[in-house]
Amino acid sequence: MTDLLKLSGVHTNIGRYHILQGIDLAVPQGQVTMLLGRNGAGKTTTLRTIMGLWQASSGEITFGSERIESRATPDIARLGVGYVPESMAVFSDLTVKENLVLAARDGPLDDTQLDWIFGFFPALRRFWLSRAGSLSGGQKQMLSIARAIIEPRKLLLIDEPTKGLAPAIVMALIECLKEIKRKGATILLVEQNFFAARELGDSVLVMDNGTIVHRGEMADLAADVPLQERLLGLSLEAHQ
Amino acid sequence: MTELAASDPLPKPKRDIAPILLPIALALLMIPLIGSTSSWLTLTAASLAMGMMIFIMASGLTLVFGLMDVLNFGHGAFIAVGAYIATLVFAPFAASVQADSLLVNLAVLAPAALLSMAVSGALGLVVERVLILPVYGQHLKQILMTTGGLIVAEQTLYALWGPQIIPMPLPASLRGSFILGDVAIAKYRVLAMFIGLAVFIAIQLVLNRTKLGLLIRAGVENREMVEALGYRIRRLFLGVFMTGSALAGLGGVMWALYREQVHASMSDELTVLIFVVVIIGGLGSIGGCFIGAILVAMVANYGGFLVPKLALVSNILLMVAILMWRPRGLYAVTSR
Repeated sequence: MTDLLKLSGVHTNIGRYHILQGIDLAVPQGQVTMLLGRNGAGKTTTLRTIMGLWQASSGEITFGSERIESRATPDIARLGVGYVPESMAVFSDLTVKENLVLAARDGPLDDTQLDWIFGFFPALRRFWLSRAGSLSGGQKQMLSIARAIIEPRKLLLIDEPTKGLAPAIVMALIECLKEIKRKGATILLVEQNFFAARELGDSVLVMDNGTIVHRGEMADLAADVPLQERLLGLSLEAHQ
Repeated sequence: MTELAASDPLPKPKRDIAPILLPIALALLMIPLIGSTSSWLTLTAASLAMGMMIFIMASGLTLVFGLMDVLNFGHGAFIAVGAYIATLVFAPFAASVQADSLLVNLAVLAPAALLSMAVSGALGLVVERVLILPVYGQHLKQILMTTGGLIVAEQTLYALWGPQIIPMPLPASLRGSFILGDVAIAKYRVLAMFIGLAVFIAIQLVLNRTKLGLLIRAGVENREMVEALGYRIRRLFLGVFMTGSALAGLGGVMWALYREQVHASMSDELTVLIFVVVIIGGLGSIGGCFIGAILVAMVANYGGFLVPKLALVSNILLMVAILMWRPRGLYAVTSR
């Protein structure tokens, strides 16, 4: 299977802090790659560095056949990379509709795609003309993901989508991400929720102190409690 | 925190009308204090006209603050440049300016205003590329660079036009007042109100009915996410900066006609007012800027009439009061 995204020896410094210390990873096309690790391991920095929101100090980032480590964020997005940040970053002052209109960069909203999204997130249809700032946390997360998939993207970078959400909404999100995966999307997903990680992940990367300390199949890590304890400090079951 | 399920109904968002009611309440409160209805009407009309002119000058600055997080202390330079450019058009057409025909007057006034906007906008392009671009994200350097730019601009105007005050008489048909009973409302103030309102409506239409406006509003709130959606926000910054500069130029022409004079440091008296308006309105909020400008003008006019000795501090007191009520301004848009 070809790798859609590859990072080789990527270092990122933020101010005087050396966060990513030589990241090597590959995200195979059409797969969901889980990025796990303790808080502060560098997971969010990895996604932001790929997206160009923080510039890599050194190393290579290859997306498809293009080198992107020196490109500006809008150019990376235009290559087909969607980003869902941990903070969701919906535009509170804009309505749900306006948030999605803005995300549909290349033209008007596609009704078929909208209906597909509404199938997973009916709340977005109901609050179509409501300000995004007035949505609940779960609804904002739905909007944030809808914004990333309103147009076809080659790669989705998603940062802890289930964090702080009610179980019913987590289930809806998992179903949505599964469906996106079935459609052939490639996803690099930072997730702490074991259930979500096990349900969605094909392969897994574990980070610690700004480096990748483990790579393998998600199913293997899910079945190996001692390995989980060694890599993550506690078993994934405890994260449920 | 209680999490709403996706299926839960959402409380309907409330429209925040308290800031809109504020100038209305202030105006009504002044009726008994001022005593005379005609004086109150004259002062209120003067406040609205002055407020509209300040709004035009401040609207660009609030978007520049909100969208670009740039502290532009040199905004006043565009005001003065706009006014000086208008004198260049007025001078050769002095006879037309003083003709009794409104159409003939407007035939000079409109091109003067448009040329002032064009030159101020172009100057904005140069300032953004030369002074602002190297110091994005560095507030202290922005203050130093833009303050330095303002000084250079003022001194350049002195060098080109000399230190004297240049008279800029109102066109003949805009002199005098509309008389309604025992109330006199200056014609020029009515025109200023219309222009200010037209600018406000135009900005609101662009911000709320176009994709460009959506991008500006989204960029004010979260620049990074707009870029992550694939939009090159730097170009948008430049466009907003130039538009803000052009509006400042228009405001400069209007203020010069209001004062009937132009001088290089004319923006000094306005800069504080403009910053007060931008801060109390909420950085990046055009609606807040509009209401803030009217409030500032009301406090200046009513305050000047009732307690002239307080005129110098009245707007600072207003800002303190508003920020105690709403620390991020009347309509908070950004968290900066």
